Amino acid sequence: MFEIRLHGRGGQGVVTAAELLSVAAFDEGKHAQAFPSFGSERMGAPVASYCRMADTEIRLREPIMDPDALIIQDPTLLHSVDVFSGLKPGGFLLINSTRDIAGLGIDEVAGGLPPGHVACVGATEIALRHTGRPMPNAALLGGFVALTRALAIDAVLDAIHEKFAGPVGDANAAAAREAYDAVRAN
Amino acid sequence: MLRQIEGSQGIAEAVALCRPQVVCAYPITPQTHIVEGVGALVKSGDLENCEFINVESEFAALSVAIGASAVGARSYTATASQGLLFMAEAVYNAAGLGLPIVMTVGNRAIGAPINIWNDHSDSMALKDAGWIQLYAETNQEAADLHIQAFRLAEELSCPVMVCVDGFILTHAYERLDIPTQAEVDAYLPPFDPVQQLDTDNPYSIGAMVGPEAFTEVRYLAHQKQIDALEVIPRIAAEFEASFGRVAGGLLRPYRCEDAETIVVALGSVNGTIKDVVDAERAEGARIGSVTIGAFRPFPLAELHDVLAGAKRIICVEKALAPGLGGILASNVRMALRGEAQPVLTVIAGLGGRPITRASLADVFRRAEREALDDVTFLDLNREVVGAQIARAAGTRGSGPIAENLLRALNPGLVHRVPPNEDAKQ
Amino acid sequence: MTEDTAPQKIKFYQTGTHTVGNRLMDEDGRTVQASMGRSNAITSGHRACQGCGEALGARYALDAAMRAAGGKLMAVNATGCLEVFTTPYPETSWQIPWLHSLFGNAPAVATGVAAGLRMRGKPEVRVVAQGGDGGTTDIGFGCLSGMFERNDDVLYVCYDNEAYMNTGVQRSSATPPAARTATTPALGDAPGNVFGTGKFMPKIAMAHNIPYVATASVAHLHDLEAKVARAMEFRGSRYIHIFVPCPLGWGSASEATIRIARLAVESGLFPLFEAEHGEVVASGKIRNRVPVDEYLRLQRRFAHLFRKGAEDRDTIAAIQRMADANIARYGLELPEGTI
Repeated sequence: MFEIRLHGRGGQGVVTAAELLSVAAFDEGKHAQAFPSFGSERMGAPVASYCRMADTEIRLREPIMDPDALIIQDPTLLHSVDVFSGLKPGGFLLINSTRDIAGLGIDEVAGGLPPGHVACVGATEIALRHTGRPMPNAALLGGFVALTRALAIDAVLDAIHEKFAGPVGDANAAAAREAYDAVRAN
Repeated sequence: MLRQIEGSQGIAEAVALCRPQVVCAYPITPQTHIVEGVGALVKSGDLENCEFINVESEFAALSVAIGASAVGARSYTATASQGLLFMAEAVYNAAGLGLPIVMTVGNRAIGAPINIWNDHSDSMALKDAGWIQLYAETNQEAADLHIQAFRLAEELSCPVMVCVDGFILTHAYERLDIPTQAEVDAYLPPFDPVQQLDTDNPYSIGAMVGPEAFTEVRYLAHQKQIDALEVIPRIAAEFEASFGRVAGGLLRPYRCEDAETIVVALGSVNGTIKDVVDAERAEGARIGSVTIGAFRPFPLAELHDVLAGAKRIICVEKALAPGLGGILASNVRMALRGEAQPVLTVIAGLGGRPITRASLADVFRRAEREALDDVTFLDLNREVVGAQIARAAGTRGSGPIAENLLRALNPGLVHRVPPNEDAKQ
Repeated sequence: MTEDTAPQKIKFYQTGTHTVGNRLMDEDGRTVQASMGRSNAITSGHRACQGCGEALGARYALDAAMRAAGGKLMAVNATGCLEVFTTPYPETSWQIPWLHSLFGNAPAVATGVAAGLRMRGKPEVRVVAQGGDGGTTDIGFGCLSGMFERNDDVLYVCYDNEAYMNTGVQRSSATPPAARTATTPALGDAPGNVFGTGKFMPKIAMAHNIPYVATASVAHLHDLEAKVARAMEFRGSRYIHIFVPCPLGWGSASEATIRIARLAVESGLFPLFEAEHGEVVASGKIRNRVPVDEYLRLQRRFAHLFRKGAEDRDTIAAIQRMADANIARYGLELPEGTI
C-alpha cells in the first residue's frame, strides 16, 4: 500500500487533489481510498487530505499516520503545523514553493530522507500561467508522480480531464505536465 | 459499472436506481452530498417521475415522506445526528403506521457538545423506534444496502434506516460498482403497497388505540422485526445471486472458526479491525471479528452461534449509554445469555476520534492477558479527566462539561476583556 | 340573492323564498349539507361534545370540498379534538381517505400526500389538511409556513376554538386577551390571557402571498361553504380559518354555539374576509353591530370581567378597541346608505 498525505489550506483544492489521485490510481486498475480531514467548510484553515493506493482491497479507515509521501500545498504550514509527523524514513516529500529546501528551513527533515526523494516545485506559479488561478493542486499531482513514480503521468492527466471539462481541464493538465517535467528534470 | 466516486454520490445513484417517487431533503452535515446528488439527478431528468422537495426541517422531511408513502409513493430521505432527533416523533410514527420509507442516516455524534464528526449516537438513540437498522461496512455496501432496503421495507411494510458512517464513508472516494437500471429493476419491483389511501376504497389511518388493543399492536410490531431476521438474509442472498457480491445480511464473521477472542463491531471500523485481526493472527493470536450488519432486529441466535465457542468477546462501539456502558455490548451480552465468557466494552471513535490499528491491537492484547476492564474508553486522556474529577470532588460541579474543562485547564481564563483605560481619552 | 327594487307582484303561493323552506330553493342556492347527495365525509356517530363548533364546521367544510373535488379528496388531520372524536378506534366516522400522523406535521404530511398523488398519476385527487388552532399556529407553525412558502397544493383548514381543548383548555397563541384558560387563570392583576400576545394566522398566511386565504364562521354556513368552494378553484396553498366556539372550553351553553359565533362576527372581534395573493379582496359586512359585551357575557371564560358590582370596564374597553380596529382594518362597516 502507498499512502499519501496532503497538507494545505481550505480553498487550495487539497481535498480535490486527493480525490484526483485516487481516480488516477483507479484508472490504472488499483484500489484507492481518498478522504479529507473533515470539518466545516472554511477557507484558509489548515486542511489535510489522504489517499491510499493498493493492488488489493483497502479495508483500513484510520487517518494516514505514517505516510509514504507528503504533498505540501502551502509552505506557510511547514513551521506551524506538524506536517511531517509519521513520514516514513524512505518517504517522499513534495513542496509547493519556488524556494529550495534550504530556503524553506527544512534541511533536517529533508536530510533524513533518501536522495532524490525530495522536491520543490513552483506549482502556484505554474498554475497561474496555465489556468489564471493560483490553484496548485493539479500541478502538484504532476510533480508527485514525477517524484515517486507511484502512477503514470497519463493516469493523472486522464483524472484531471475527467474532473474538469473543456479548457479548464486542458489548462490544469498542462500545468500538471509542466510540473512533472520540472521535477523530472531535477 | 466500476467508478471511483465519493461514497455519498454512490448512495445517491443507488437510491436513484431504486426509482423513488418522492424525495425530501433538509441539509445537515454529513448527509448533504447524498441529497444534493439525488436532487441533481432529478433536476437533470436522469431520475424521472420523482418529486424532490426542499423542506424546512427534518421533522418536515420525514413527515412529507410519511404522507407520500401513505398514498403508495416510494419515498426516501436522509439525515444525521441532531436532524434525526428533530424528527424523532415522526420516526416512531412512520414505524407505527407501517410505512416502508427508506432513510439514510449519515452517522454523526449528538450534542451537547455539538460535534459534526462520526459516531453512532444518533442511530442508537432511535434504535427501538421500530425501524429496521442496517449498518454499512464499506461504501460499496452502503450503496448496495439501499437497494436491499427498499425491497426489505416494502416486503415487511416497515421503514428501514441505512446507517453509513459520516465522513469516514460519506466523504471518502472509493471504487464502487454501481449497477445498471435493468439490474436494479430486476431485483426491486415497483412499489405495490399493502395499504394506501385511495378514494375508491377510503379508510382512516392513524386512529388512537387504547389500552384494550395497544399491547397487541406492539406485539405485532415486535413480531414483524422477528420476521425480518429471516427476510434480511434471504434478500441478501438474492442480492448476491443477482449482483454477484456479498452485501447486507445479519452478520459476517471473519476468521472466527477457532478464535479465542472475537471482536464485534458495527460499520466502517470493521475494516480496520480486520487488518488488526490479520496482523495479530500473523503473530499467533487466535482472534477473529464479526461485522454486525443488522442491529435491529438484533440477530441473537445467529450471533450466539458464532460467539459461543470463544473465550472472550470485545465489543468495539461508537456509542455510549452514560451510566451503563456499552449499547452494542449490552445487546451482544443478551445474545450470550446463559454463557459464561466475558463481553468487554471498548468505547471508541466518539465524536470522530480516529480508531487506529495501534490502539486496537493494544486493547486486544490486554484482553488476551485478562488485563482489560469491563468498559474501556479507547485513547482516553486520563490526565485531563483525572484532573477534572479531582477538581469536581472539591467543588459542586454544574454547567457544560466541555466548558468546565477549559476553565480547569486555564485557571486564569477570563472571558471578559478588561476595559482599555487608554481608550477613554 | 337579488333584491327586486320595483314593486313586487303579489304572489299567490309563497315560493322561491326562504319562508317556505329550503327545499323549494334552487339547488345552487342551497348548502351542500342540504343535499341528499352530500358525501357525509364525516358521518354520524362521532364523539364530539354537544354543541361542538368544530364538528359543525368540519362537516360543512369537508362536504363542500368533496363536492368541489368531484368526490376525489383526501384529508390529513393533526392531533386534536377533531382527530380524537372522529376516530375512536376501532370506529371511524370518516368516509373519505384520512390520515393522522402527528400534532405538528399535518401540513408537511399533506405536502407528501399531494406529491405522492401526483407521482402516482392522480393529480385530480385533492388534499385537505386540517388542525385546531394549537396545531396550526403553534406546534405546526413551522411546517405550515414551509408548505405556504413552497406553495404546495393543499387546502389547510384551521378550526379555531382559541385554546388547546383536547388536553384540557390550555392557552394557545390564538387565545384572545383576557380569556381564562387552564394556563391563563383568572387571577391576579391581569386575569386571563395577557394582552399584547397572540398571532392572527390569516394575516400570516397572507404574508406568504398564497393564492387564497379566508376567514369563516359556523354562524355563516353558506359563506363557509362558498369560501371552501372558492378555495378549491385554486391550485397551490390555500388557507381557511374557521371560528368554532367550544362550549366546554369557553363555558358557554351548548345550544348557544352558533349565536356566539354570530356575535363574534357582529361585534367585529372575528372579521370575515377573503384575500388572494396577499391582498384582501372581499370582506363580510356587519349588519347589526353589537358591543363586545354581548359576545363576552355568554362565555364563562370571560366571567371575571363581569363580576357583580366590579365589572372590569377597562379590559372590556380594550377588547372593544380590538373589535373597532378590526372593523377599520378589514372594512367591515356596511357602506353608507345601505338599507
